[in-house]
Amino acid sequence: MATTTTQTDIQQSIVKQQKSEQRKKRILNLVLLALLLLAPAVMYPVFLMKILCFALFAVAFNLLLGYTGLLSFGHAAFLAAGSYTTGYLLSNFSGLTTEMGIIVGTAVATVLGLGFGIVAIRRQGIYFAMITLALAQLVYFFFVQAPFTGGEDGMHGVPRGHLFGLVDLENNYAMYYFVLAVFLGGYLMVQRIVGSPFGQVLKAIKQNEPRAVSLGYNVDRYKLLAFVISAGLAGLAGSVKTVVFQLASLNDAHWHMSGEVILMTLLGGTGTLLGPVVGATFVVNLEYQLAQGPLGDWVDPILGAIFVLTVMAFRSGIVGEIQNFMRKNMS
Amino acid sequence: MTITKKLLTSAVASALLVGSAQAEISDNTVKIGYLADMSGTYRDLAGPNGQTALEMAIADFGGKVNGAKIEVVSADDRNSPDSASSTARRWVENENVDLIAGLVASSVTIAVSNILEESGKLGIVSGSAASSITNEHCTPNHIHYVYDTYPLANGTASAVVKEGGKTWFILTADYAFGHALEGDVTRVVEENGGEVIQTVRHPFPTSDFSSFILQAQSSGADVVALANAGADTTNAITTAGEFGLTQSGQTLAALLLFLTDVHALGAQSAQGIQLTTGWYWDMNDETRAWSDRFMEKTGVRPTMVHAGIYSSTIQYLNAVKATGSDDAQTVRKQMMDTPINDMFAKNGYIRKDGRMVHDMYLAEVKTPEESESEWDLYDIVRTIPGEEAYRPLSESKCKLVTQN
Amino acid sequence: MTEILGVPVAVLSGQLMLGVINGSFYALLSLGLAVIFGLLKIINFAHGAMYMLGAMCTVLMFDAFGINYWVALFLAPVVVGCFGIVLEYFLLRRIAGQDHIYSLLLTFGIALILQGVLTNIYGVSGLRYSMPEVFRGGMNLGFMFLPYYRAWVIVAALVVCFGTWFLIEKTRLGSYLRAGTEDSQLMQGFGINVPLLISLTYGFGVMLAAFAGALAAPIYSVSPVMGSNILIVVFAVVVIGGMGSIAGAVITGLMMGVVEGFTKVFYPEGSAAVIFLVMVVVLLIRPSGLFGKEA
Repeated sequence: MATTTTQTDIQQSIVKQQKSEQRKKRILNLVLLALLLLAPAVMYPVFLMKILCFALFAVAFNLLLGYTGLLSFGHAAFLAAGSYTTGYLLSNFSGLTTEMGIIVGTAVATVLGLGFGIVAIRRQGIYFAMITLALAQLVYFFFVQAPFTGGEDGMHGVPRGHLFGLVDLENNYAMYYFVLAVFLGGYLMVQRIVGSPFGQVLKAIKQNEPRAVSLGYNVDRYKLLAFVISAGLAGLAGSVKTVVFQLASLNDAHWHMSGEVILMTLLGGTGTLLGPVVGATFVVNLEYQLAQGPLGDWVDPILGAIFVLTVMAFRSGIVGEIQNFMRKNMS
Repeated sequence: MTITKKLLTSAVASALLVGSAQAEISDNTVKIGYLADMSGTYRDLAGPNGQTALEMAIADFGGKVNGAKIEVVSADDRNSPDSASSTARRWVENENVDLIAGLVASSVTIAVSNILEESGKLGIVSGSAASSITNEHCTPNHIHYVYDTYPLANGTASAVVKEGGKTWFILTADYAFGHALEGDVTRVVEENGGEVIQTVRHPFPTSDFSSFILQAQSSGADVVALANAGADTTNAITTAGEFGLTQSGQTLAALLLFLTDVHALGAQSAQGIQLTTGWYWDMNDETRAWSDRFMEKTGVRPTMVHAGIYSSTIQYLNAVKATGSDDAQTVRKQMMDTPINDMFAKNGYIRKDGRMVHDMYLAEVKTPEESESEWDLYDIVRTIPGEEAYRPLSESKCKLVTQN
Repeated sequence: MTEILGVPVAVLSGQLMLGVINGSFYALLSLGLAVIFGLLKIINFAHGAMYMLGAMCTVLMFDAFGINYWVALFLAPVVVGCFGIVLEYFLLRRIAGQDHIYSLLLTFGIALILQGVLTNIYGVSGLRYSMPEVFRGGMNLGFMFLPYYRAWVIVAALVVCFGTWFLIEKTRLGSYLRAGTEDSQLMQGFGINVPLLISLTYGFGVMLAAFAGALAAPIYSVSPVMGSNILIVVFAVVVIGGMGSIAGAVITGLMMGVVEGFTKVFYPEGSAAVIFLVMVVVLLIRPSGLFGKEA
């Protein structure tokens, strides 16, 4: 009799703890949301939009690296595919509303992701990284050669157009809230996926792939689906970025971009939902601030030093380390 | 924001109407933003030393114009149009920057000029090579100052054809700049009675050119022209020397070489190469005097871009002084009305497409025996009059020209 | 039949030769990368930077101390190798056993620092280095003019590659190395200083890159950014050969040089992309590379 009471007590206290944690999380999320809604009053909206685009890109990437354990070294291809497609459509078909351009851009990136995935998904670890890199290099080559991209000059003067044919996106505030909505949509989608049974299978694959296989899961199909979703979201980020900046360029397709998203994700903390967002904010901000200041020509070495420091001192990333710290001090 | 936006658009509108909006300097400050590649491929030809040239100009001007102070902000564009356009947007929309100077990579320049046109501010492009910047990409809000691909091809190619180089092999960097240069060279060669027998496009960037040099040798062409830039060009020249290209009777023509490139090659490897430049530090007392001051601060001799940044800044400040305004169209009009006579250019003038037309120079790299010092590298062979060098307005596709 | 697809056979023989020469550089670089990956399981993203350091060292030692080419060819790799050992000891060692991605990030960070700092000091236009006197000129092979220096590149690279293969696969030291990475505790038990062995291996791999750099100094533009683009290509070579396969890296390096050389004749625009195409095809057919062991 006594033992059962203690058991229920423990269960109750666990439930209570979980509830309070959830509440804390909800409050945190609400605070963050409020900050995002108010941010353009204090900060320059175009810059905020840049952060949001890269944050979405990193969130998409993290679905693979953080939750499925797949290191893609070719995600720039999807960013660029979305970017160029949307840019091309909006520049050449004036009747098209902005969201249609973005939807098609995302679709093209998704299809490209399916192509990459089918070729790469059976490869493990470093071979997976390398084959995605090789494929992305071929895509880069295509963008260099294709006449519609404008090659090294880039694609310029893409009109922002009207959302649903109604809202004029030339207004930076309208544009900002639209980008914010897209970002939140992408973020919540990843959150839902991670929490869903599908997400649990992905995590199981990350932790121990042979066990997931022996449990009867068709591992390749799960991985492929995760890859395609990630590619699509990366494409969405690229499409939106093109609308914000009104340009698309080869930088989006270069392997440095694939590297940059890895760095953002690792710096923020892989396998945490907020990590990539924090990482992207940090990197974009840092590059921006440094490029302006007296250390303008020292951006690369400083970034390099930060990477070294991250790996040596706080490997779980900014958010990961904070979580570890909280866990240690709360319990 | 909507209010500022409206203000901006109305400012643009009124500026377009008369070109003499408010005759005053906004917030009593002339703010110049220097945007250039500070750490990448194009660092040496403009970069941090370009900022030094800009600051020299402001100091020489007296640091103030009509009592208003002159401020400089700068940023590394990282050769990325994204980074450049977010910086440029913030400068013109939030920080009251009146002029954006520098501007090197063509993708950056085109992106920034679009923003300038939207926001009604002014830009002076000193580093970019693409002639499309004042052709299909021209805007009423920027000026292209130092050089472009058109005179590069014109100067070097016509000179070489006239010396008897009839058949040409063109080695082109496979991107927009290379293609433009290739097109311009082909036109010039054919107009002068020569023939382009083969063109090969190499990936950008390439480090090993031996394969292409071998193809050039077996083509049997009189002239091997390099339509590329920077490390690609220096690598190709080194390799050509190694494979004895010129010993076997072929002429090597580099279409775009900066002084820093030739300095990196040295007179030994670069001797005899003909090139077109907009300016050279050792032309006369005026250029030498300025270069000495520049070298004191930076330790190197200035490229034509550095000199162009200095000159264009002085021109800009003079125009602000004369009109008492920092409104883009007012200043631009004043600059167009004032001939440029300084250490950079003689009788230079700015056309309505934004092209600054001035004399260009055909130079030949000295031999090691002739070269008296590390930076004593060019012999100026011929002066190409500006009218002859740049694309005539009659061929222009610029909307500012075709509309009227 | 003196033409193939409209290209004279003489030209093709010349391109084959040049392909082998370029392949020699790829072989040296990918060999170093393969040694480091095979024995340390580190993805060395600083490899391009080490190649650059080798070349920069060669030039700077000449400028500062008048050290000639032959001495530099030996000294530059040693200096850079020592630097590599220092890096291994203070940084890489501390993340041993962690996921690949951390060594990748760490070495990439190191590369950014090296490249950025040197760019700020020396600029990007390139440093001047003249060809050693003995190698001036060349010989006429009938189908092409072969500069003496390029011939030397082949000889030097092949000797070093063969020596490395021999050292690792055929000598006692090599067998310690291979065993040490398989089961370091056991080797420690045998009284072998495994950490030292690992430091030396990293130093050696880096040395190979620096040797390639020193070899490149007289013929390529030497600047702080010279290593950043070659890195990705060399990675592709290692993957095609099979990660960790020593002989595979060398043979694939030479082969890719030739493949790239022929592409430069038939479709020059595509010569930068062709290696990646080969890589995709190879990985589809043989998932662990041409010479890799089936996983």
